[in-house]
Amino acid sequence: MAARLAAIFFTMILVDNYVLVKFLGICPFLGVSKKLNSAFGMSCAVIFVMTLATAVTWPIQNFLLTPVDAEGNLKWDLGYLQTIVFILVIAVLVQLVEIIMKKYMPPLHKALGVYLPLITTNCAVLGVTVLNIDNGYNFVESIFCALGAGFGFMLAMVIFSGVRKRLEEAQPPKCFEGLPITLVAASATALSFGGFGGLIENIFGAI
Amino acid sequence: MNKVQIFTNGLVKENPVLRLVLGTCPTLAVTTMAFNGLGMGIAATFVLFCSNIAISLLRNVIPDKVRLPAYITVIATFVSIVQMLVKAYVPALDKSLGVFLPLIVVNCIILGRAEMFASKNKPLDSALDGLGMGLGFTLTLVLMGSIREILGSGTWFGMTVIPASIDRFTFMTTPAGGFFTFGCLMALVIFIENKTGNKKERSIGCEGCPSKSVCGAKGGCE
Repeated sequence: MAARLAAIFFTMILVDNYVLVKFLGICPFLGVSKKLNSAFGMSCAVIFVMTLATAVTWPIQNFLLTPVDAEGNLKWDLGYLQTIVFILVIAVLVQLVEIIMKKYMPPLHKALGVYLPLITTNCAVLGVTVLNIDNGYNFVESIFCALGAGFGFMLAMVIFSGVRKRLEEAQPPKCFEGLPITLVAASATALSFGGFGGLIENIFGAI
Repeated sequence: MNKVQIFTNGLVKENPVLRLVLGTCPTLAVTTMAFNGLGMGIAATFVLFCSNIAISLLRNVIPDKVRLPAYITVIATFVSIVQMLVKAYVPALDKSLGVFLPLIVVNCIILGRAEMFASKNKPLDSALDGLGMGLGFTLTLVLMGSIREILGSGTWFGMTVIPASIDRFTFMTTPAGGFFTFGCLMALVIFIENKTGNKKERSIGCEGCPSKSVCGAKGGCE
C-alpha cells in the first residue's frame, strides 16, 4: 500500500509532471514564473487547492454522481454531470477558501490570496480531479495523486524561474525575443524530465 | 465592424493561439497528430459558437457580479454535450483527447470571448465571432499537428508521407517537441509581423487574461 502511494506520488512529480509532460496549467507556468517568490507562492496555492478540490470532488463523484452498491452495480448514473458539477464546486471552493483565509488567517491570505482567483479556471486543478476519477483511484490514492501533481507543479515552476532568470540576459534573434525563446527554454526543461522515464517502475515496481 | 470583418478577425488578425496567446494547454497537448488537432478544434469551435450565442442572448439578464460563474455554467453545459457526442460517434478521438475534452470548459479562448465579445455584442455578431475564432484555433492546431506528425511519425492524417527508410524525428512527438514547435511557430509569426509592420505585444500576463477584471493579482503574473 505504502509503496503504491509512494509510486503514485513520485510518478506525478517526475514522470507525469503536470506542466512539462501533460501540459496542464501552462498559463501560470509561463505567466507567474518570472520571479522565484511569486512562482513559489503560486505553487503553494496550487498544491493547497488541488488537494482540497480532490478531497471534495472524489466523494461527490463516488457517492452522488455514480454510487455503486455492495455488488459493484451502479445505483444510478449521473456521470454526465461531472464536468458541470466539478467546475462549479471548484469555483465555489476557491471563493470560500479565500473568504475564510481573509477573515481568520490574514498573513496566509497576504501570501497566497492573490493567486487564488487565478486558480479557479486553471486546467491543472480541474484536470487532476477528472484524472483521479478516470484512473479509478480510491480516496487516499487520489489525495496522494493530487499532492504529487501539486509538488510536481512546484518543481517545474521553481526550476523554470531559474531558467528564466538566465534568459533575461540572453540575446536571441529578434523574432525569438520574449515568448518564443521562453517556449524553447521550456522545451529544454521538458526534455530533461524525459530522463525520468522508467525510474518509478524500477524503484517501486509497476503501479 | 461589418459582419465579414468580425468573422475573419479571428483567422489572422486576432488569431487566438498565435496572436492572443490563449488556449496554450490544448494547443501543446493534442497536436501530436493532425487529426487530434482537427478534432479538438472542431469540438472547441462548437462550444465557442454555442456559448457565444447563449451568452449574448443572456447578456442583459445576467447580473454583472455573478457573470463569471454564469458563463462557466453555460460553457460547461455545451462541453458536456460535446463530450457525449464525441463519446458516441468518434470514440477514437475521445480516447486520444482524453482529459482535454472536459477541459474545454476552462479553455481561456472560450471564457475570453464570452467576456470580451459576447457580453457586449448582438447574438449574430457573437455567433460570427465564435465561428471565426474557432476556425482560427482549428487551423492553428491542424498546422501544428501537421508539422509534428509529419516530422515526428512521418505520416499526415494517418497517411505515410515520408518513406519508412528515413529515420523519424521522434523528438517532435514528445512533450518537449510540443514546446519547441510552438516557440518556433510563434517566432515565425513575429518574424512576418516585423517584416510587414503589424507588431502585436504578446504577454501571457494580465493583458488578454479572461479573469483580468475579477482577479485580485493585479500584475502578479509577469
